[in-house]
Amino acid sequence: MAKDTANELRIVGTRPDRPDGLDKVTGRARYGADISAAGLLHGAVVRSPHAHARIVKIDASKALALSGVKAVVTRADFPTGLTGEAWDLQENTMAGERALYDGHAVAAVAATSAQLARDAAKLIEVEYEILPHVTDVDAAMAPDAPIIREGAADHSVPEGLHPNVVRYIEFGHGDLEAGFAQADIVREHQYKTEAAHQGYIEPHACMGQMGADGKGEMWVCTQGHWFIRKMCTQVLGLDASQLRVTPSEIGGGFGGKTTIFMEPLSLALSRKAGGRPVKIVMSRSEVLRATGPTASASMDVKIGMTKDGKITAGSATFRMQGGAFAGAPVDMALYCAFAAYKVPALQHVGYDVLANRPKAAAYRAPGSPMAAFAVESLVDEMCTELGLDPLEVRVKNAAQSHETSSFGPKFGVIGLNETLAATQAHPNLSVPLGPNQGRGIASGFWFNHGGDTSVSMALGEDGTVTVSIGTPDIGGSRASMAMMAAETLQIPYDNVRVNIVETGALGVNEPTHGSRATFATGKATVEAAQSMIVEMCKRAAAKWGIEPEAVEWRDGAAHPAGPNAGEYPPMTIGEIGAAMSNTGGPIAGHHESVPAGVGESFGTHVVDVEVDPETGRTTILRYLVVQDAGRAIHPAYVEGQYQGGAVQGIGWALNEEYVYDDMGRLQNPVFLDYRVPVASDLPMIDTVIVEVPNPGHPYGVRGVGETGIAPPLPAVANAVAAATGVRMRHLPITPSKLLSAIKASKNG
Amino acid sequence: MKYHCPKTFADAAQIAADATGVIRYLAGGTDVLVQMRAGMVTPDDMIDLKHIPGVKEIVQNADGSWTIGVAVAGAELGAHAGFCADYPGIVEGLELVGSTQVQGRATLTGNLCNGSPAADSVPAMIAAGAVAHVVGPNGARDVAVADIPVGPGKTSLTKGELISAFTIPARGAQGGDAYLRFTPRTEMDIAVVGCAVNLTLDGDRVASARVAMGAVAPTVIVMDQAADAIIGTTLDPQALDTMATIVSGAVKPISDKRGTAEFRTDIAGVLAKRAAKIAYDRAKGTK
Ligand SMILES: Cc1cc2nc3c(=O)[nH]c(=O)nc-3n(C[C@H](O)[C@H](O)[C@H](O)COP(=O)(O)OP(=O)(O)OC[C@H]3O[C@@H](n4cnc5c(N)ncnc54)[C@H](O)[C@@H]3O)c2cc1C
Repeated sequence: MAKDTANELRIVGTRPDRPDGLDKVTGRARYGADISAAGLLHGAVVRSPHAHARIVKIDASKALALSGVKAVVTRADFPTGLTGEAWDLQENTMAGERALYDGHAVAAVAATSAQLARDAAKLIEVEYEILPHVTDVDAAMAPDAPIIREGAADHSVPEGLHPNVVRYIEFGHGDLEAGFAQADIVREHQYKTEAAHQGYIEPHACMGQMGADGKGEMWVCTQGHWFIRKMCTQVLGLDASQLRVTPSEIGGGFGGKTTIFMEPLSLALSRKAGGRPVKIVMSRSEVLRATGPTASASMDVKIGMTKDGKITAGSATFRMQGGAFAGAPVDMALYCAFAAYKVPALQHVGYDVLANRPKAAAYRAPGSPMAAFAVESLVDEMCTELGLDPLEVRVKNAAQSHETSSFGPKFGVIGLNETLAATQAHPNLSVPLGPNQGRGIASGFWFNHGGDTSVSMALGEDGTVTVSIGTPDIGGSRASMAMMAAETLQIPYDNVRVNIVETGALGVNEPTHGSRATFATGKATVEAAQSMIVEMCKRAAAKWGIEPEAVEWRDGAAHPAGPNAGEYPPMTIGEIGAAMSNTGGPIAGHHESVPAGVGESFGTHVVDVEVDPETGRTTILRYLVVQDAGRAIHPAYVEGQYQGGAVQGIGWALNEEYVYDDMGRLQNPVFLDYRVPVASDLPMIDTVIVEVPNPGHPYGVRGVGETGIAPPLPAVANAVAAATGVRMRHLPITPSKLLSAIKASKNG
Repeated sequence: MKYHCPKTFADAAQIAADATGVIRYLAGGTDVLVQMRAGMVTPDDMIDLKHIPGVKEIVQNADGSWTIGVAVAGAELGAHAGFCADYPGIVEGLELVGSTQVQGRATLTGNLCNGSPAADSVPAMIAAGAVAHVVGPNGARDVAVADIPVGPGKTSLTKGELISAFTIPARGAQGGDAYLRFTPRTEMDIAVVGCAVNLTLDGDRVASARVAMGAVAPTVIVMDQAADAIIGTTLDPQALDTMATIVSGAVKPISDKRGTAEFRTDIAGVLAKRAAKIAYDRAKGTK
């Protein structure tokens, strides 16, 4: 049932107010830290001040002696014998033998007030033996690098590499040598990006309660409460179904809230404190030191190009550190590296490397921004060298629908051509530039995702509808679900209420991640509505005494399907709801699946910058995002995703980075020094929504949340190069770095 | 913590002199309250100055000089047409502090006494030759604003002393000032380098000048040699270059996460030139 002409749609594509809007602007919405309960205790976490240290002794006696302190937990309170990812999660939740990064939790305490808990945490004495540390990815692979964890590598790693290399990946196709031989120029450079944090406004917060019977409750700010349930119970050795997890409203996640950090600590403390609820709210510096930023990367890229701009071959070797655990998104980065191009010969090699930094979490299109920075910078450098138009070169080499992708599988229907054409046609490209100004162009890609999805829907006695979904609403998805339900049921948008429900109320749902909510939860919502329509038609058929197949659903009511079905006045959804207890009982629809038919999304960005040649400061003058949404259910929220991705990417390109001192301590764990862009740094971000419908979704939806963060890194660097003649291959392009590069280019 | 609300500066000084623990004065509170919430300081006595008569006043004296109360907030100073016309550099320094919300509270006094080497309103106050009136248990004294900060977080005020008001000299004919800071972002950032220039003209030529640099040393530094390089000139490019070279040669910045010493040295010269040009144009009345 593909509704593929936009003019048949009544609600999809409009811009109604979001149902959660009033709560959010009035402060009524309950975020993680707003949760409370009778008998509440407050938790505080003791964190390692060292990048790498053996924990010799933990003495909590002074803390426990304070009146009002109810429990202290250390790793000794956790079960042993975990393996693989479950062990990693446990080790990251609470250090075992060694603290592996600055900020690593080593103990936690619960007390009757937040202040008392913080004071008690200061009284917990931890004796450390400091060990050598390493934070840079290239240094962590060097022969003399300190070993972070012996035996952490899997079988993919070839012999002879440093033990800090824990995963190795290699793939490609075609004859690389022949490809480079066909090129007129072959260029190779190294590119580096620094770790960046998602920077969500709301710090992590949770309240956990756990009885001696192993039954628990948790209220938490998360992108995915079933993930919280699975991970917390794994780490604590409990049965998944005995923990009920209710998500709060969420103030941003961007991938960073798809995993656990301090959540199991609240449960462990509660269990030890006689089952009293324990709330833990992170400070901003805890968020920056101890939650999951993205990986830092060191990348070599080589490309061969003919004089007329045909890419003949490419190779990419990426090294990424994602903290003291395996899991840097080097695989994803490589899959994305050349995704926008059709290249006869490609080779990809990747190293996932341990370093003494916090465990990386997902961050919007994990890996894709770094890959885009390396590849799209080099393509731009080569276009400049050959005097070619960078958009033409992208058109000439563009990946095509139904053809094999750079990373192996065949693409479905993709909208890269349309996106590039819409970019070429945009007026921003013909705005004249002044002195010290430059224009940069780059493309980006994300796969998008399906994932476990379960939705249910119930008819009310008055004909209104409740939809229960399991994907927390981060970017306006309640509105999108209500719109799709209303569109399918052909009832007014305001007659649908969408609730994000707890883990006990639905089958397992993956988080709101992978740009999947509008696609997967949306598809399941449409399916659930269809199943409810079938039941409503049945009720009408029974009343009329005709076959259910002779009833059709239209304009929010059951109608006889044609003249042969008989003549009956339509039975509205309101009438069906009012009568349902006498016609067979409650009416509900539901749908569970791993939705197939995910649609990939490409985007192209164009940025104009001005560089102050005396200070190295870059100002964003104009910014354009063009991206394929498949179909925009609520265009304002699609534009919001495009703008947000661009802004985060601009921050990563210009100022954001994790700065470590020689001791491996994070130097900038506050927003004053971890510089995300502020509103006055940015122009209004222009957007163009390209709509090449995804045949895998009833309304044509592709995910839109992630692609938009990939192009800004290279687009900004390309614009800076155009403005200054200086090529910055190591992000961020801080004024200090850019000024010294400008000076060096003048002297040399 | 004890919260005090004295009605005179003498009482405030007495409370401070008698205190045995950590004290803080409360002007706008935009440093103190933030530091308390971050656990950086827990005062035993908090002395609120906002209930003392006159602390919110901006007065032009008969000789043209200005007296500014210790609780005058950035937003209030910025709305005062007369003072803005005389000392736009001081106003732009204070207005750079924080956001609209912070502007409703933040004061010159707090900015100075918090003792940050990067405080944005201090260089222009020093360049203007502002004087602080200090009250203490042993009476009153006047101290040049330049002599108040002695190092990061430290002032020359002794136990029980506090500032009761500032006086800024009469602007006179053909005077102008300007303050510029460098930050990677446009707002909500801390100065990597700050520079204030205050000058007067005699026709087209600079008659007197003061150049003060922030964030390049433990306290704001006044650069007499840099000022000498432009005095007597029409601020021609050569004079400006000479001044920039002197400034860059005289600063003693550190390298930290906010900028390398080399970068700060370069930027200091650039800002000095730019600030001098703005001050010059203002003195000429062309801007
Ligand atoms: C979000 C934000 C952004 C900021 N941005 C900037 C910025 O860009 N640039 C900048 O320079 N600062 C900035 N600040 C810091 C702060 O706002 C300024 O330093 C402000 O001017 C302090 O003034 P206040 O009146 O609030 O000081 P308060 O917090 O009231 O006091 C500060 C200090 O001065 C002492 N004090 C107060 N009055 C007296 C007195 N009469 N005599 C002696 N000592 C006294 C207090 O004891 C205290 O130690 C920012 C602060 C915030 C919260």
